[in-house]
Amino acid sequence: MADLRLPMTLTPLFDDLPRRLELDAATVDEAIEKLEQRWPGLRDRLCEPGPVLRPHINVYVDQERATLDTPLKEHSHVDVIAAISGG
Amino acid sequence: MRRTLLLIGTRKGLFLLESDGDRRAWKLRGPLCESWPVYHAVYDRSAGAIYAAGASEWHGSAVWRSGDLGETWALSSEGLAYDAEEARKVSKVSSLAVSDGRVLVGVEAPGIFESRDGGESWALLTTLAGQPGSETWDDPASQAPGHLGISAIMTDGDDASHFWTIVQGIGLFETSDAGTTWTPRNKGLRGDWPRPHEEVGFCIHRLVRSPSDPSRMYQQNHLGVHRSDDGGHSWFEITDGLPSDFGFAAAAHPHDRDTFYVIPLDPGHARCMPEGRAAVWRTRDGGESWHPLERGLPQHDAHLGVLRAAMTIDQHDVPGLYFGTSTGQVFASTDEGENWDEIASYLPPVWSVEVAALE
Repeated sequence: MADLRLPMTLTPLFDDLPRRLELDAATVDEAIEKLEQRWPGLRDRLCEPGPVLRPHINVYVDQERATLDTPLKEHSHVDVIAAISGG
Repeated sequence: MRRTLLLIGTRKGLFLLESDGDRRAWKLRGPLCESWPVYHAVYDRSAGAIYAAGASEWHGSAVWRSGDLGETWALSSEGLAYDAEEARKVSKVSSLAVSDGRVLVGVEAPGIFESRDGGESWALLTTLAGQPGSETWDDPASQAPGHLGISAIMTDGDDASHFWTIVQGIGLFETSDAGTTWTPRNKGLRGDWPRPHEEVGFCIHRLVRSPSDPSRMYQQNHLGVHRSDDGGHSWFEITDGLPSDFGFAAAAHPHDRDTFYVIPLDPGHARCMPEGRAAVWRTRDGGESWHPLERGLPQHDAHLGVLRAAMTIDQHDVPGLYFGTSTGQVFASTDEGENWDEIASYLPPVWSVEVAALE
């Protein structure tokens, strides 16, 4: 089970979406798809058509910058971060 | 007694100001929509719903909706995207309109999406493809600052298939078949810059239509204030008498086709009311003459800007005017602009103000 952490800007948009959860997925994209199935519309908040990650959404897998194609290991730590931007 | 609801779209969320029928005491709620930047918000009386066009730097664009006057909210962007194969993207949702059970949202890159299920899902209605020069509208070098794309949609209350839209920096277009075909409506406008296509290339900031005479329209343009007496088919300038030909906001009196309001601004970098004095200017003769309305507005060191969607007028017998500033104040007049009160003081920069009457 990968350990997934989500940004605080995301969780208020979906009922009962936690900041941290565990799930089985082979890639970042598959992890997001599993979130989408449970919380419809969530993919749009993290990805643009392509699909690619939104410009100000950064994903790190085991502290390495990741893309949607990045594979996950059984105990990967996945950090989804709303980039430091805005004001 | 009917209540009055103001919908204030700001850089940091939607705010609601509510008053009873006399429009004197106002109660503020917000920020709503999780403090997303809200470019525009409207109230759909038939559905009892509020819609807010939000564009988050992090989480993209969506339309928020509330069926209980802002107590609870949901958002959706299902279908609110161009095909993945296209280079164009939806960078923001800029403008909203409701008509005959349908919600329209204007986006950048320029296009209009529609929802027929109360904002739960969206489908592309038009990109105005085929209009002169439209193949260049997505070129970043061609885009106007602010990148609003479709900066306004104005519906016809008598005909759901008839509406107008403004493409920022390009001009006004009219459709009579629900968005299938479009006609440029920019004849007579001033354009002091090279334009490869005669029919387009105009910078219309705000379009309003007289409720008492549908053939009468006004617009605040980047270059002057203009009037049309034939439903937008032709325009002539009525700027003489104003302190500046530049401004964004405008409002048409609901019961008198010759009464119209603008807020002239310094056309340079400041884009503030001239000389630090706040004023709304009114004509009562269709633009033959203009008079400043200043009573109750700050007259010293008030460097206030008001953007294109940030002034509106209600439908009372003696109508109320409302405008919000780029520095977070909201001003209201309940006597056609003669006297003003500051009804909110410390909001984020205001991008839009709309008014609704609640039963």
